[in-house]
Amino acid sequence: MIRLEHLTKVFNTPNGPVRAVDDVSLELPEGEICVLLGPSGCGKTTSMKMINRLIEPTSGKIYINGRDTDATDPIQLRRSIGYVIQQIGLFPNKTVADNICVVPDLLGWDRKKTRARAAELLELVGMDPAAFMGRYPKELSGGQQQRVGVIRALAADPPVMLMDEPFGAIDPINREVIQDEFLRMQQALRKTIIFVSHDLDEAVKMADKIAIFRSGRLEQFASPDRLLANPANSFVESFLGSDRALKRLRLVRVAEAMLTEFDALRGDDPHARGKVVLEESGLPFAIVVDENGRPTGCLAGNAEAGVDAKVGDLARPVRATISTDADLRLAVASMFAQDMPVLPCVDDGGRLKGILTYRSVVKSLASAEARE
Amino acid sequence: MDIIWFMTGNLGLIGEHALRHVSIVFVAVGIAVVTAVPIGIAITQSKAAADVVLYFASMMITVPSIALFGLMIPLLSPIGYGIGYVPAVIAVILYSQLPIIRNTYTAISNVDPALREAAVGMGMSTFQRLRQVEIPLAIPVIMTGIRTAVVMNIGVTAIAAYIGAGGLGTFISRGISQSDPRQLVTGAVSVSLLAIAIDLILLLVQKLLTSKGLVEESRQ
Repeated sequence: MIRLEHLTKVFNTPNGPVRAVDDVSLELPEGEICVLLGPSGCGKTTSMKMINRLIEPTSGKIYINGRDTDATDPIQLRRSIGYVIQQIGLFPNKTVADNICVVPDLLGWDRKKTRARAAELLELVGMDPAAFMGRYPKELSGGQQQRVGVIRALAADPPVMLMDEPFGAIDPINREVIQDEFLRMQQALRKTIIFVSHDLDEAVKMADKIAIFRSGRLEQFASPDRLLANPANSFVESFLGSDRALKRLRLVRVAEAMLTEFDALRGDDPHARGKVVLEESGLPFAIVVDENGRPTGCLAGNAEAGVDAKVGDLARPVRATISTDADLRLAVASMFAQDMPVLPCVDDGGRLKGILTYRSVVKSLASAEARE
Repeated sequence: MDIIWFMTGNLGLIGEHALRHVSIVFVAVGIAVVTAVPIGIAITQSKAAADVVLYFASMMITVPSIALFGLMIPLLSPIGYGIGYVPAVIAVILYSQLPIIRNTYTAISNVDPALREAAVGMGMSTFQRLRQVEIPLAIPVIMTGIRTAVVMNIGVTAIAAYIGAGGLGTFISRGISQSDPRQLVTGAVSVSLLAIAIDLILLLVQKLLTSKGLVEESRQ
């Protein structure tokens, strides 16, 4: 757990004192990622660097797992906190293995064990230890360097990590990949992480909590969902952008938003039943499933047919389905792209679990606060 | 022809003088490394200190060597070292300061601030940071300074023959005073060859000391 209490930093500049960080208090529970977010010069990086005492606070206290950082020797403190910087900062004179083992070596751990750990960590990020342990940083691609930078911070298994725009230096495609990879690792590792970013999308994706800064002050500290739903003031609102409702789509899973009470049709149902179901639901389509519960088609309300026609003859094939584990952003994208106002939601076995409509998406965004 | 006969006939003597020559330069530059590298590192902490130190080191190098030797005679005579080996070594130590201090200062100041921040942020002490990161990165440039000092001072040491320090300069001073081109050319050629040979050896040492991670790949 990390707790900041009335943290303040005043820099004395030629133009007089500047309050870079002004009375910031927040508490981050163990195992969560907190993204410090704001425009440049807002004090987010200064706040982060006070945690490992690269910058000494003017006043205020910082506690890590209940321990006052002022009472800890700064060098010991830094060795117990993983640190990742935007420029990556791999030492070009050291091999990949030696770079990863910098902190374990400083702590005097057994060399054999630390090198085995380095190999393990490389495997964790999909880099073959046999090929990469002995290489030098200049022999790695940008994405590989970034991965080594992150696992270097994990080498001594610190409970707390500080990450200063760690994925800022990579191209957007690789950034997504590394972010996903990192979130997967975090699921298992449960580190308490302070993460500085200026990218709202990254923050929404990575954060359990977002802290929005403006000129040294903490404007709002909340979960991404709550933040996007209820900006505390006009600054936060304008920082989040007028499309913040769309950003929230990423935070809601299909399973949470889909309608589960609905009638599905079978291929051999008479058309008359299809008409009843459509009328009762008020939806433009009804979903047709096979004997295993897999969606096979959809029946439109305007299908013209004789009295004894079967639903199966009139249904059109399903153009898209969505996994219940996906986020709403993907679901809505698919609804738009395939012109599917009623989207079947399926489980891993492809069985129909619910349906997603435009109304249900809107309703789930409105009820986000209720879900907290 | 005369000159070649003189050289082949005096190989033993040339070797003896060359050894004495190398001993003066190496002892002096060795001491200079021990003083100048720490000074070069220390002055990276303060721009003002760096300016003052580099200014004095530059002034030092403008004093003609023959004048420096002359100045040292009255200064060192009271302790019995007015001429000979000791003033030669002292002169070379003084001349070596500038190239070594300046290159160390430049190399350490040019270490990427991000690497310094990573090193500090990961919990390295100042000494660990210097030993593990900054000095290894600075080695190629520091070694270049040392090579400059050595080559330059092989020339300075040749003049130290005039204050009885010995070395290959002995051939040159005798060649001039005796109007003997054989000795003069022998001295000049052997001083030049010595400088080239030692520079190549030091280049090899530089390559061995430089991390493979810092060498630019010429072929891919």
